[in-house]
Amino acid sequence: MESINIIFQEVYKILFLLVPVLVSVAMIVWLDRRVWAFVQKRQGPNVVGPFGLLQSLADALKYIFKEIIIPASSNKIIFILAPIITMTLALIAWAVIPFSENQVLSNINVGILYIFAVSSLGVYGIIMGGWASNSKYPFLGAIRSAAQMVSYEVSIGIIIINVLLCVGSLNLSDIVLAQQNMWFIIPLFPMFVIFFISALAETNRPPFDLPEAEAELVAGYQTEYSGMMYAMFWLGEYANILLMCALGSILFLGGWLSPIDLYPFNLIPGAIWLILKILLLFILFALVKAIVPRYRYDQLMRLGWKIFLPLSLTYVVLTASYLFYFNLLPVN
Amino acid sequence: MIAHTIFFYVFSIIAVISAIMVTASKNTVHSVFFLILDFISISCLFIMIGAEFLGMIMLIVYVGAVAVLFLFVVMMLNVAQQKNQWFLSKSSSGHIPVGLIISAIIFFELIIVVGGWKYKPELISSNNLLQNNEISNTHSLGQVLYTDYIHIFQISGLILLVAMIGAIVLTFRQREGVKKQSYIKQISRERSEGVEVLEVASNKGVKIDD
Repeated sequence: MESINIIFQEVYKILFLLVPVLVSVAMIVWLDRRVWAFVQKRQGPNVVGPFGLLQSLADALKYIFKEIIIPASSNKIIFILAPIITMTLALIAWAVIPFSENQVLSNINVGILYIFAVSSLGVYGIIMGGWASNSKYPFLGAIRSAAQMVSYEVSIGIIIINVLLCVGSLNLSDIVLAQQNMWFIIPLFPMFVIFFISALAETNRPPFDLPEAEAELVAGYQTEYSGMMYAMFWLGEYANILLMCALGSILFLGGWLSPIDLYPFNLIPGAIWLILKILLLFILFALVKAIVPRYRYDQLMRLGWKIFLPLSLTYVVLTASYLFYFNLLPVN
Repeated sequence: MIAHTIFFYVFSIIAVISAIMVTASKNTVHSVFFLILDFISISCLFIMIGAEFLGMIMLIVYVGAVAVLFLFVVMMLNVAQQKNQWFLSKSSSGHIPVGLIISAIIFFELIIVVGGWKYKPELISSNNLLQNNEISNTHSLGQVLYTDYIHIFQISGLILLVAMIGAIVLTFRQREGVKKQSYIKQISRERSEGVEVLEVASNKGVKIDD
């Protein structure tokens, strides 16, 4: 009986995390379209509900009632598995995100590695979808995204090493607590910029949305998908974007810590600060989508391997030597 | 404890079955997917024995990078067809005894290692690998790697570097007549180089070189 109780408690906790994440994914899609529209002097979705807030729900209903079409020559099992994998991977990574000192689903020692591993698995959803569709455009999109995500993971990994050098722990809560005196965005500002751009590439956002470049590849790996399966790709993509924003705010913007440790600001719960930081980063993501034109493929690869990788490696050496020289290395 | 056992058997059964399916499945792309499943279940087993760092690194390196490249190659080459032809042709029969011998050697090596570890543990002493419960798995790994085995660690890194440079040198070829973009050239272009005002004599024209 006891063990069943424990299982129910855990399920409650998981639902308490997942339902807000899913709802905020729906809201964030609306925000993305709104920001995009305002940059272009349009209104954006403003009809369904107040300010058009319910637009995503209406879209979701539409997707649910659409027919799911599975191409006859596709590899059916993998074709169906691909969106499921994308969605699952985008959601399980949230398990280790700390919303305040005690509000974390699983406080594991290697939290940052876990997120990194899960986000590196994310490429499989895209490759499987592109390959199983058995069609040229999806396959080209899948190959592009595989190369792109693998290359930008390398620079994200090295940027994370920079942060870890200053923290001395792989635990996400420890990373946040290490920023109590100074957020890492101040000493590691160049790394924050590179992290932001790499996160754009990692999540296939514009200007790096080559896997689904509609001008060249119709819709890339999603071309053959319809109905709910398409919606799952889409939800997974936005959940991944939110995750990258959360990771950026934990690594560089002090996670749940308030910007000023003074009286009225301390009272606001940490989760709200984290959400505000995630929103700030997301609005930056949306602005970039509206402002910057799409990169060419060889330029993208050059940026990843020839510019970001050497820069971030140099910064690792700089950070390590600075910490070593001034005896600031975190030793426990 | 029961849950632990159940999870262990689930992961190990998945690992063994997918390892068999890697060799048994007809479609090569499916083989790679089973290989990935195998890697994932093995890293789950690593995490279950408390080696969370190894498990995660296994996921990141093997599943996140190596297997993606495998998939890449297999999808591009259309190996599935070649494999079936190769099995049917007569030239394959010469390779089977060699494969059998190699797998027998690997099998006996495994028996020696596992048997020695099980029955004569003092022969393979690993005193400095004993885990200290006060520090985490990641810390103890780092302490062993970067103190006792620092030279071996560095040398293995160098070997990997040499292998990488070798692979690039072997596959790199410079072709003639390929138009390349030089960013420095493009950025450092001045107006005086780009624009030229020519006096064109009538009925003669000008020659513009590209």
